[in-house]
Amino acid sequence: MTDTLYTQLVGLCTGTLLLTSALMVWRHSLLASIRLLSAQGVALAALVAVIGAQENEAELILVSLLILATKGVALPWVLAHQTKATIRTIEESPRLNPTAALLTVTLLTILAYVVVSRLIGLGTSVGSHAAPIGLAMILTGFLLLITRRRARSQLIGFLLLDNGIATVAFLTSGGVPLLLELGVSLDVLLVVLILHVFTGRMRHKFGGTDVDQLRELHD
Amino acid sequence: MEFALWTPLAVPALFAVLGIAVDAAPLRRYYPVVSSAAVLGSGLLLISAVLRHGGATSVGELLRADALSAYMLAVVGAVGLVSTWGGLSGRAESRGRANGIYGALLSLFLAAMSLAVLADSIGLMWAAIEATTIATAFLVGHHRTRRSLEAAWKYVILGSVGVAIALLGIVLIYAASIGTDSPTLSWLALSRSGLGLDRALVTAGGALAVLGFATKAGLAPMHSWLPDAHSQAPAPVSGLMSGVLLSVALYAILRIQTITNAVIGPDFLRVMLSIGGLLSLLVAASLLIRQRDYKRMLAYSSIEHMGLMAIGVAIGPAALPAVLLYVLAHGLIKATLFVLAGRILAVEGTALIGDVRHLLARRPGLAVPWLVGMSALVGFAPFGIFFAEVGIITAGWAAGMGVVVGVALLLLLVIFAALTRLTVSMTMGSPAESEPFTPDRSAHGPRLPIILALAVTATMAFVAEPVGTLLRQAGAVLGGTN
Repeated sequence: MTDTLYTQLVGLCTGTLLLTSALMVWRHSLLASIRLLSAQGVALAALVAVIGAQENEAELILVSLLILATKGVALPWVLAHQTKATIRTIEESPRLNPTAALLTVTLLTILAYVVVSRLIGLGTSVGSHAAPIGLAMILTGFLLLITRRRARSQLIGFLLLDNGIATVAFLTSGGVPLLLELGVSLDVLLVVLILHVFTGRMRHKFGGTDVDQLRELHD
Repeated sequence: MEFALWTPLAVPALFAVLGIAVDAAPLRRYYPVVSSAAVLGSGLLLISAVLRHGGATSVGELLRADALSAYMLAVVGAVGLVSTWGGLSGRAESRGRANGIYGALLSLFLAAMSLAVLADSIGLMWAAIEATTIATAFLVGHHRTRRSLEAAWKYVILGSVGVAIALLGIVLIYAASIGTDSPTLSWLALSRSGLGLDRALVTAGGALAVLGFATKAGLAPMHSWLPDAHSQAPAPVSGLMSGVLLSVALYAILRIQTITNAVIGPDFLRVMLSIGGLLSLLVAASLLIRQRDYKRMLAYSSIEHMGLMAIGVAIGPAALPAVLLYVLAHGLIKATLFVLAGRILAVEGTALIGDVRHLLARRPGLAVPWLVGMSALVGFAPFGIFFAEVGIITAGWAAGMGVVVGVALLLLLVIFAALTRLTVSMTMGSPAESEPFTPDRSAHGPRLPIILALAVTATMAFVAEPVGTLLRQAGAVLGGTN
């Protein structure tokens, strides 16, 4: 792979990652968010495959397939596991209006660039140049976790956060060892399944999935 | 001795599978107790190996037990034994599929904590700590009430986000090792000085990892899940979570601290941990004064003790033996008290302190161990917590952190007064003459685990050999001399 092509492909993948994160903040429909999450999973898998092809590492290609299977297919499927008719109607009413939210995403992205350039320097390598995207995704994930009211939207925020951490890992160090990657994927999958079960119980007990209802326990 | 590294993982896993697969086994309610005993047994074997030969037992590059790991494994087993044995449910209640899963998750929880303290790779340690969140999620929500669902939701969201931040930290530490000859996540390799790790990456990675694990350890200001989860979970689960899961997270902080100390020196994390510790003490003091629920009271007391332990970790090597003594003493006492709180809740039907009165006159079988446990918890001699607190405060004074330990001491006094007032209002006095009663001397559950736990905490501080030697060796591991 020529260096120009490699740079362009990394740019394309990280660009898709950032774009999907921003769109997730903008869109309020649950179904759209889940589709964006799936697209982001595919982009992340592609990024890993590109890095793997550049470095000639078969292990990274394997990891990329693993990511495609979990983040691209399995997790979105778990989240959307409900009849399409009901899920289409679910709309989020976040605490921030779309304009303010998108402005915040812009600010967070700038902040990510500032922090990374202070921390490791933006350098000349392609990886370190794109690393701020990962941090921006993590911060956007936090934003979703804080501003969304519905249980499953918070779950999407958590997954965005996790995708961001994976992006940082692949861009700064070419990924963590395979064993750990497997452990991380399994852990995230299980956490999502557990929260999914809790969402079901919440709907049953509280008659809705608005997490603002959770305020019985306090001092 | 290598098999002792596998038994604490394999035996609980085996009993977890058995508990789910064989539905009608008559002894099924004992499975978590047997799992705890296996963990404790392995811990003691590894401790004896360390004391006899020094160094560490290891299997490949995966599992490794130095003095600290072996000690923590024994603590996990001991606290597990007190919680599961003391919280044993009756034969009739332990039937059914839901209870099979409950026992299986308890066993898996024990296996995950054992893996966390035995893993040599900090990545594997991370995965094991995340696995504890997964195993305990349904345990916290076991009662399926609105309140337990709320507690479980907050616990899983905050717990996994916190631990995700720790993962980011570990990723950055790994990125720092990319620049050296052999990229690694092995704690042993990373904690050797002179590796030439990138300072900026290790600083950021260490800060994020400690921040993430501090969420799991219940340090303020990331503590808000703790009182909810610990008060809503069933008694044995609360005992395990408060008594030992918090300390396992503290253990992770200790391991990360050794790596950062080798690269950037101790000052950076010292400031972070001192602030976290003092804030935890402040939060605990302000919320204990007006506490109305005795299970939440125990949960806030855990925040208090974790705060003081964090200050001990901030002080450094001189305070480490005291911190480790603290871990065991607090674990056993807190497990005992949560088990007793579960029994009081079962017989009195209320968790409100205001509704439980004259316990000593009405139910001496429960009130006597509760009083002994509470006096150990607030720090009376001869219990281990007293010596550990004195050890940390004197070490802090000697290390020039007089202001921090001075403020801590002041907050400890406030907490002492608050806990004493609440305990006295629950236990002392006698009912009015117009209400006749017969004293209930039943312990409402197994007595032996409670007696053993209290006896061990009362005597352990006086046993210089082998406890003192072991604690010094475990502290030395973190000093990088082992």
